[in-house]
Amino acid sequence: MSSPIVKLVAQRIALGILLLLAVSVLIFAGTQILPGDVAQAILGQSATPESLANLREQLGLNDPALIRYFRWLGGVVTGDLGSAMSSGQDIATSIKGRLWNTLFLAFWAAVVAVPLAIILGLIAVRYRNGWVDKLISGLALASTSFPEFFIGYVLVYFFAVKYQIFPGISTVYDGMPFGERMQAIMLPAAALTLVVLAHMMRMTRAAILNVMQSAYVETAELKGLSAFAVIRRHAFPNAIAPIINVVMLNLAYLIVGVVVVEVIFVYPGMGQYLVDHVTKRDVPVVQAVGLIFAAVYISLNIIADIAAIVANPRLRHPK
Amino acid sequence: MADQRAKSMLLDIRNLRIEATVFPPGEAPKNIVLVHDVSLTLEKGKVLGLIGESGAGKSTIGLASMGYGRGGVRITGGEVILNGRDILKGGKEGFRKLRGREVCYVAQSAAAAFNPAHRLMDQVVEATLLHGTATRAAAEKRAIALFKKLSLPNPESIGERFPHQVSGGQLQRVMTAMALCSEPDLIVFDEPTTALDVTTQIDVLAAIKDAIRDTHVAALYITHDLAVVAQVSDEIMVLRHGRLVEWGGTRQIIKEPRQEYTNALVSVHEIEHQEQKPGTTPFLSVKNITAAYGRSHIKVLKNVSVDIYPGQTLAVVGESGSGKSTLARAITGLLPPEEGTVTFDGRPLANRLADRPKEDLRQLQMIYQMADVAMNPRQTVGTIIGRPLEFYFGLRGRQRDARVAELLDKIEMGKGFIDRYPAELSGGQKQRVCIARSLAAKPKLIICDEVTSALDPLVANGILKLLLELQKEENVAYLFITHDLATVKSIADSIAVMYRGEVVRYGAKSQVLAPPFDAYTDLLLSSVPEMEIGWLEKAIKGRRMASAGN
Repeated sequence: MSSPIVKLVAQRIALGILLLLAVSVLIFAGTQILPGDVAQAILGQSATPESLANLREQLGLNDPALIRYFRWLGGVVTGDLGSAMSSGQDIATSIKGRLWNTLFLAFWAAVVAVPLAIILGLIAVRYRNGWVDKLISGLALASTSFPEFFIGYVLVYFFAVKYQIFPGISTVYDGMPFGERMQAIMLPAAALTLVVLAHMMRMTRAAILNVMQSAYVETAELKGLSAFAVIRRHAFPNAIAPIINVVMLNLAYLIVGVVVVEVIFVYPGMGQYLVDHVTKRDVPVVQAVGLIFAAVYISLNIIADIAAIVANPRLRHPK
Repeated sequence: MADQRAKSMLLDIRNLRIEATVFPPGEAPKNIVLVHDVSLTLEKGKVLGLIGESGAGKSTIGLASMGYGRGGVRITGGEVILNGRDILKGGKEGFRKLRGREVCYVAQSAAAAFNPAHRLMDQVVEATLLHGTATRAAAEKRAIALFKKLSLPNPESIGERFPHQVSGGQLQRVMTAMALCSEPDLIVFDEPTTALDVTTQIDVLAAIKDAIRDTHVAALYITHDLAVVAQVSDEIMVLRHGRLVEWGGTRQIIKEPRQEYTNALVSVHEIEHQEQKPGTTPFLSVKNITAAYGRSHIKVLKNVSVDIYPGQTLAVVGESGSGKSTLARAITGLLPPEEGTVTFDGRPLANRLADRPKEDLRQLQMIYQMADVAMNPRQTVGTIIGRPLEFYFGLRGRQRDARVAELLDKIEMGKGFIDRYPAELSGGQKQRVCIARSLAAKPKLIICDEVTSALDPLVANGILKLLLELQKEENVAYLFITHDLATVKSIADSIAVMYRGEVVRYGAKSQVLAPPFDAYTDLLLSSVPEMEIGWLEKAIKGRRMASAGN
């Protein structure tokens, strides 16, 4: 690989790390601003001034915020996310399984949604302004316009209650056979697909349409290429950067934004874990999950940036 | 005899009518006719030049020979008979079969017409492979032979490069090779050298001409430049507003035009301007300016010095990338120079635009190449011209309107245009409004950056005449940046020739344009096409002799 690419990629990664640090500061500061502290939360109603003071001493809450931040950050970097207040369990251990579940669900939703969105986008461009285009755009728009919980319950009503093809509650457990696991996630995956499809499809369509105005597309048409070949060979490769960008944004959403869908289907993922602990005011868990979500979001966007850089022939093949 | 002629006939366009639907803002869509019943014939191996101003329908006719219409353009009448059959009856499939096989297209800007994502070779052989007329190996071999014929450097390996790795002149040749690769019967050349520098144009033109001769391909050669088309075509067809004006042999058209309009095109550059002697003191002096963009080490201007005298025109001429526009940016303070000074009325001007007082800003005005983008599309002509009146002189209300009307009269448009929007104006009118806007400030110097380059020759001529008249009336000086030597000859009092950031030749017009020349000025002058059959061969021969002498 040539040097400009290496330099740009290194820059992006460095920026990403910097951004992640900034986010960690924000998350930490945010939880500090909340009224009451961990000691208060743990002791709840039974708190006496003495017991509070003791617990604060014990938890190191009397140290300055800066020291507590670096203590927390040091733990995060070494993989120690602390332990949950409500249950006393190690956060890292509980998150591991749930993060894996969330990624599993997001992965299968993406495997369906991304190619489908791009293919639909290509078809919409091919028949632009015709009824096929309008139908695709209309359906896609409708599916995004409905709230996730609505789509989720409609799917449950038809496929779990009325026809009983898939389970309405997506319980998964360790050691569950792959086939059963797939059946369990079918409905939440479908709901997620419907939610992210339209955005990706419409951006794909717009990105390619933008390129379709170029002189080189006319050149391709004047070579006698068929409409699909023109789009696939000449327009699509030049629209890749914006498409990757929107795909990555949606992948991030699949992981970070699944909260509602996970709660509807009672799926044991990160989102449900987060919601549970927000209600319990379990600050260490909220901090940890927030940081992981931020990391996922930032790394996916870095990947998008890098992919866009690599997709640019001017950077890949400098003069 | 008639049979013989029919056999050698390649393209026969009969009563071609082309329409388009336009969507004027705020009005109902309407149908306009782009081409009115034009007929033409082209024999095998011949070249027909289509010439006219923008909107004449020349590209539209060229593309119609491939059954193609840009945007909402439709062929609504007539026949396009290619190799004995009417292609308009073939439908979409028919068009696809003939495009890239029987007829190929060479676009104006090869830089835009090549796909940035693919290697040149893949694009060059694409049509050949698509139509299955040769195997990949054979097509690539043919392409390399064509690269050689078009005198491209490293013909064996240039195909491995991406478009951005090759210069504009080379890309234009690669595009010609791409058109020739599938061995078509007809090539449509759509302004193939217009976007090139004049010194590059001559080589590309010669390469295209040789390739046409050696491959016996027929061509429709579309351009607005009569001198260029006179070098390559057997016949010339003059078009205007989608109608045929005159059609004849090349010699007849350029030597004995029968129509008044053709005559106007032929004699377009004949503006007389008596050179003025420089006064005693220049009001603006550029001394030893050196400038670079950003933190780059590449100096775009190297030690440039020029003087401008009141009421006179200094023409700065050179190829793209020679630093002409950068000089303007340095003078106006848009790009503060690293070294050197700009003196105005005996005192130095601040380097940075932001540090200059309003009065200095008023004295230096600019007019740009693209009048469309130099105006706010949501402001009326009155607002556009009135703005400097308010800003510099505090004129309001009736006083301002009176002055706007006066300026509109000066640019020969009249106050009827006060409430019009830029979108309602023609290209020439837009440029006139920009001129009025710069005059409104009553400046001592107007910097004109390629102000006529985007305009048709006749319109450009009108603009040049207007600028000369205004100079007499207002005693304003011009710094006239252009790549077009003919324009320079028409309006300059003194000339600075720039090459790679340096002024290589500078002086009064009569001195600069008189021998002995330095090598670069000689190359530049000898590259300007002349309206004379056989000029190209002479010019190329002259160059070979010069390079042999070196």
